[in-house]
Amino acid sequence: MTAVRLIARLDVKGPNLIKGIHLEGLRVIGDPGEHARRYYQAGADELIYMDVVASLYGRNSLHEIVRQTARDIFVPMTVGGGLRSVDDVREILRAGADKVAINTAAVQRPELISEVARRFGTQCMVLSVEAKAQGEGRWEAYTDNGRERTGLDVIEWVRRAVDLGAGEVMLTSVDREGTRSGFDVALVRAVADVVPVPVIASGGMGSAEHLVEVVREGHADAVAMADILHYERATLEQIRERGLAAGLELRRP
Amino acid sequence: MTIVDHGLGNLYSVSRAVEVSGGVPLLSGDPDEVRRASRLVLPGVGAFADGMAGLRERGLDQALREAVAAGTPLLAICLGMQMLADASEEFGEHTGLGLVPGRVAPIPATGTDGRPHRIPHTGWTRLHLPPGRSGWEGTVLEGSQEGTWVYLVHSFHLQPDRAEDRLADCDYDGVTICAAVTRGAVTGLQFHPEKSGPAGLHMLERFLQY
Repeated sequence: MTAVRLIARLDVKGPNLIKGIHLEGLRVIGDPGEHARRYYQAGADELIYMDVVASLYGRNSLHEIVRQTARDIFVPMTVGGGLRSVDDVREILRAGADKVAINTAAVQRPELISEVARRFGTQCMVLSVEAKAQGEGRWEAYTDNGRERTGLDVIEWVRRAVDLGAGEVMLTSVDREGTRSGFDVALVRAVADVVPVPVIASGGMGSAEHLVEVVREGHADAVAMADILHYERATLEQIRERGLAAGLELRRP
Repeated sequence: MTIVDHGLGNLYSVSRAVEVSGGVPLLSGDPDEVRRASRLVLPGVGAFADGMAGLRERGLDQALREAVAAGTPLLAICLGMQMLADASEEFGEHTGLGLVPGRVAPIPATGTDGRPHRIPHTGWTRLHLPPGRSGWEGTVLEGSQEGTWVYLVHSFHLQPDRAEDRLADCDYDGVTICAAVTRGAVTGLQFHPEKSGPAGLHMLERFLQY
């Protein structure tokens, strides 16, 4: 068995850890590095850093934060936001990232997925998808924090990206993001059931019950948590205990 | 401690983990430095053929074999462990370092129940003693508990020819995967000790005490 991963997601704007609702209306939470260390010590299985304004400026500004974090955090770290080329990826991996999450640049030039997978391995290439519901059982992929439409159907896009070499999918529901109302379970299941690679559910976790639901009903392999941890609605330990009590396979750090 | 730099992978994390575990890391792609090293770490992620090409281009394959023959402790991580094998089937047939008899093959696409499972095999799994091994004394896993959680991500796995070379196994939906090997001065870990939290750092500390 492989454990369901509890991932702390840290959205960053400039020097600050921030949190929004539907990826907008950003509020400053504090220092990203401090939070990352705290979550590592509390037993987070993995960390995700997203530069939320990067694609606006066309560059990722997380290098220094990533380098500092990699100094004393020894779990996998994924970094995303504004990465546009193999050179961008190489630089952020040198700073200490293990994987990259790519959305906008992959939509604009899908071959980038193959280039990154070929050079650094499929395990390194995480496809980041921002999904908005378009009626029953249909979702459209967006970019730029859920502002720009792509015209791509999420299921078709993810399938194609996995064929091109994406080794993992981070699926963010823009509708649920920051709302604490639970994951979009139907979305997660629709994707998790058609691709062979692991799927990270992101957006909407307000309680440990949402974790149990998205694993049981949505077949998620991992969950990304932000709001619930940043606002201390629950600790990682509480979430883990609830998950274990419900029968999920989770790592005891 | 010399970390072999063959052009692939996040060497910063390995380097920091060695430092935190009490070692002094030196990154090097120079075969002479590899021959002179007191301890060696061979990291690596990505494709087998690229990893081996990176070693050969720099003359590191021969240097590693010589160092191991001279008794230098070698810790090979992830793709590094797979490169210890005789050969790999990843994207064609490729020759490895031949330091641990065995072959690298794809992880079966289904569990023993016949249902498809995730490939790459990604995440945290538990280490178990392979059948016939009584304990982990005298290895990098000394002091680790049976069932210790470690992080790995891979689509291929090393299948050692000899049962006695298996140091630890893990279970993937009923499929037994070799998670660690040991043979003489050589240790291979399919998982990432530098990404497995305090449990992984403990293994690096043990390696430094060899």
